[in-house]
Amino acid sequence: MLSQVEGYIYPNEIALQWGILIVLYPYITGLVAGAFIMASLERVFNVTVLKPTYELALLTALAFLICAPLPLISHLGHPGRAYEIMITPNKGSAMAIFGFVYLWYLMVVLLLEIWFDYRRDFVIWSREKTGLMKWVYRVLTLGMSDISPAALKWDIKLGNIITVVGIPSAFLLHGYVGFIFGSIKANPWWSTVMMPVIFLFSAMVSGIALVMLLYMIVSYLRKVKIDMPCLDTIGKFLFYALIIDFSLESLDQIHRIYEAEESFDILHMLVSGKLYITLFGMQILFGMVIPMIGLGILQVAKIKENIRKIILLITGILVLNGIFFMRWNVVIGGQLFSKSFHGFTSFKLGLIGTEGLFMAIAWLLLPFAVLAFLLWLMPPWKKMNSE
Amino acid sequence: MGNKGIKSSRRKFVKKTAAIAGTLVASSLIEPFKLLVYATEEPKDEGPWWGVGIDISKCIGCGLCAKSCKIENNVPEDPFFFRSWVEQYTVYNDGTVKVVSPNGGIDGFNQEEDKENIFKTFFVPKMCNQCAKSPCTQVCPVGATFETPEGITLVDSEHCIGCSYCVQACPYGCRYIHPESIVADKCTLCYHRLTKGIAPACMEVCPTGARIYGNLRDPESELVKYMKNNSYQVLKPNLNTGSKLYYNALSAEVI
Amino acid sequence: MPEQLKRLFPLFAIFIIIFLIIRHLLIPDTFGLYGHYRGDALKDNANIELVYASKEACIECHSDIREMLEMDEHSDISCLSCHGPGLEHVENPETANIEKPGSREFCGRCHAINPARSTNMIIQVDIKEHHAEKKDCIDCHNPHQVWEIKE
Repeated sequence: MLSQVEGYIYPNEIALQWGILIVLYPYITGLVAGAFIMASLERVFNVTVLKPTYELALLTALAFLICAPLPLISHLGHPGRAYEIMITPNKGSAMAIFGFVYLWYLMVVLLLEIWFDYRRDFVIWSREKTGLMKWVYRVLTLGMSDISPAALKWDIKLGNIITVVGIPSAFLLHGYVGFIFGSIKANPWWSTVMMPVIFLFSAMVSGIALVMLLYMIVSYLRKVKIDMPCLDTIGKFLFYALIIDFSLESLDQIHRIYEAEESFDILHMLVSGKLYITLFGMQILFGMVIPMIGLGILQVAKIKENIRKIILLITGILVLNGIFFMRWNVVIGGQLFSKSFHGFTSFKLGLIGTEGLFMAIAWLLLPFAVLAFLLWLMPPWKKMNSE
Repeated sequence: MGNKGIKSSRRKFVKKTAAIAGTLVASSLIEPFKLLVYATEEPKDEGPWWGVGIDISKCIGCGLCAKSCKIENNVPEDPFFFRSWVEQYTVYNDGTVKVVSPNGGIDGFNQEEDKENIFKTFFVPKMCNQCAKSPCTQVCPVGATFETPEGITLVDSEHCIGCSYCVQACPYGCRYIHPESIVADKCTLCYHRLTKGIAPACMEVCPTGARIYGNLRDPESELVKYMKNNSYQVLKPNLNTGSKLYYNALSAEVI
Repeated sequence: MPEQLKRLFPLFAIFIIIFLIIRHLLIPDTFGLYGHYRGDALKDNANIELVYASKEACIECHSDIREMLEMDEHSDISCLSCHGPGLEHVENPETANIEKPGSREFCGRCHAINPARSTNMIIQVDIKEHHAEKKDCIDCHNPHQVWEIKE
C-alpha cells in the first residue's frame, strides 16, 4: 500500500475514506433535485410545452430519492447504527441534518405533490381494476374517493402550494449536499462558499438531462411519437443551465487560481496530474464544452428532426457522464492530496466488493428499476387529461 | 432633545467604553495566564483543562512516543494507523523540503551522516491537537465524538456510525477508522491514564521531556510556564481550530 | 378545510408521534447528560485497561536502581522508555518480566548520529563504527551507570 504514495502524506491518509459510493450519493441526490426543478418549470413557471414530461419528472425524482440514501448507508462502518442520525442528530453537523431534509423532501414535497396530482386517477383506477390492484389503488387514495370538481380544484390548489414550497426545498436538498463538502475547512479542494451553488446548478443540469433522456427512452419503448416542441424546450433549458453551471465553476476556479493560497501548489499538481483526465477531459470537455456547442447549434440553426434527436440524445448522455465525473473530481479528488500539502495518495477502484464498480453500477441501476415500477403503477400516459 | 440627547448618548458611550475597557483590564489582571492560551474559551466549570506542549528543539526522534502509543492504545500495527507519530523534516540548501516518517517513526530514524547539502533538519512529533473548537466534533452527525469538560476530544465507539466525516474534517490527519471496530479512532491523551493521575504513555516514555501536558487553567502548571517562557505556535493557525497543542521552535516548513 | 387535508393531517400526526416514541425508546440513557454525547462514554474511555505502568510503580520495588541512577545521565528517563510497558510485571512480578534491550539498534534510537538531533540534547555515537569489535552497547556500558565502563 505504501507504494501508492507520492511525496509525504500523513500516515493515516493512505486509504481513501470515501469511495465511489459517496460519489454516487451527491450524483443521485442531484438528479432528484434537478428532476424536481424540471417538473416545477411546467407547474409554477407555467411552461406548458413541457406538460408531457411533468409526471415523468416527478416520478423520476421520487425513484431516485428513494434510492439516494442507500449507497450512503451501505458505506457506513456500522449501517445498523444509521438510525442514530435521526435520534441524536448533532445540530452543528451538516450530515446530521440530512435525515430531516431528506424526510421533509420525501414526505412533504414529493409524495404530497404526486398524491395531489394522481388522486383522481387513483380513485378512477380503483373503480376500474379488480382484485389486488383495486385495493392497492384504494389504499393510495387514502380513503378519499370524492372527485367532484370542487374537490379536484383543491387538489390543484394544494399541489401548487406544495410545488412552490418544493422549489426552495429542492434548492435546500442539493445546496446542502454541497455544503457537506464546502464546509470542510480542513480540505482546500472542498472548502469554498461556491460549493453549494455549484452543486445546485450541476444538479439542475444533470436532472434536466436525465428527464430528457428518459422521455426519449420511454417514448421509444411505448412506440409513441416524441413531442418535438417539448424536447426542444428541454434542450433549451439544458443549454441555459449548462451555461450558468459552467460560468459558476469557472468563476470558482478563476478565484482559486487568482488568490493562489497556501494550498495552490498542491491543487495545481492535483489537477494537472491525477485529475487531468477526469477533470479536463470527462468533466469539462465532454461534459460541458461539447454539449454546450451541440445545444448551442440547436438554438440557432434549423436542423432536421431526426438529427436534432440524435444530438440531444448524445448531449444528454455526455452531460450525465460529465456531472458524474464532476462528483468524482470533488469527492475522490479531495482525498488524493495530503492535508500536509506534501504529497499524494492514489485511488484504485476495485471491481467487486461493496465498494467496487459492480456494486456502484447496481446502486445506479436500482433507481431505474424503481422508476419502472412507478411507471407501471401509475403510468402518466393513462392519466385522465384534466384540461 | 438635540443637545441633551447628544450629551446623554455621549455619556452612555463613555460609560460603555469605560466599562468594556475596565472589564478587559480587570479580567486580564485576575487571570493573566488565560490570555496566553491561543484557544481561549470561557472555562465552564472547575477542574483541569488539558493542553499539550511539544518542544521541537528537545525532540531527538527516538520514536518511543509513537511506539508506546500503539502498545498502550491497541492501535493496529499496520503503518496506516497512528494516533501519534514523528516526522523528520529536512530542508536542503537548494530550498527543497523532504518529509519522512518511516513507519511513523516507531522504529526510530536511520543513522544519517550527510550534512553537506542540509540546510536544517529537525523532528516534529504529531498527535491530536485537542482543539478547543475542533472541526471533527463539529461535523459528527450523531454526537459520537465530543470534547470532555477537561478539553479532551474523545470518540464514543459504541455510538459511532463509522461515516468518516470526522476523518475528513481533521486538518491534522490525526484520525483513522479502526479496522476492527470500524469506528473512528484517535488520540485520547490517554484519558484512561489521565483520569487516574498517570501521565499519557507518550509523555511517560519521552526521554528528553520534549512532550509535556498540563492544566491550562492553572497558572503554576508546567505547560503554562512553558508557554510563558517559549514562543510557541500551533499548527495551521489560519484554520482557527483552537488547537491546544503548543509547539516550541516550530519551523515554517511544518504543516 | 378540504377533505384532502383532513386525511393528511392525522397521517402526519401519527407519523410524527411514532417517530417520537421510537426516538424515546432508542436514545441511550445517559445521552445529553454533560453535552451532546453519551455520558457513559466518559466512563467507557476512562475504564480502558492500562498497558504501560509508570516510573512511580517501578521504584516502589526497585529503589536500589533509582539510587544507582541518581547521578547518571539517564536519571530523568522513565524506566518504561527502555524496559517497555511493564504493567504486567508490576502486577505479576514473579511470572512476567520486562524488556532489557541494549543492542546498537535500540540505543541508536536516541544516540545514533542524526543531524536533526541537537548535540546539546544528546550524545551521538556512530553506532556502526563505535567499538565495532563488540556486539551490543551493554557489553561495555551499564545503562544505569553509563560511564562505568565494563572491563
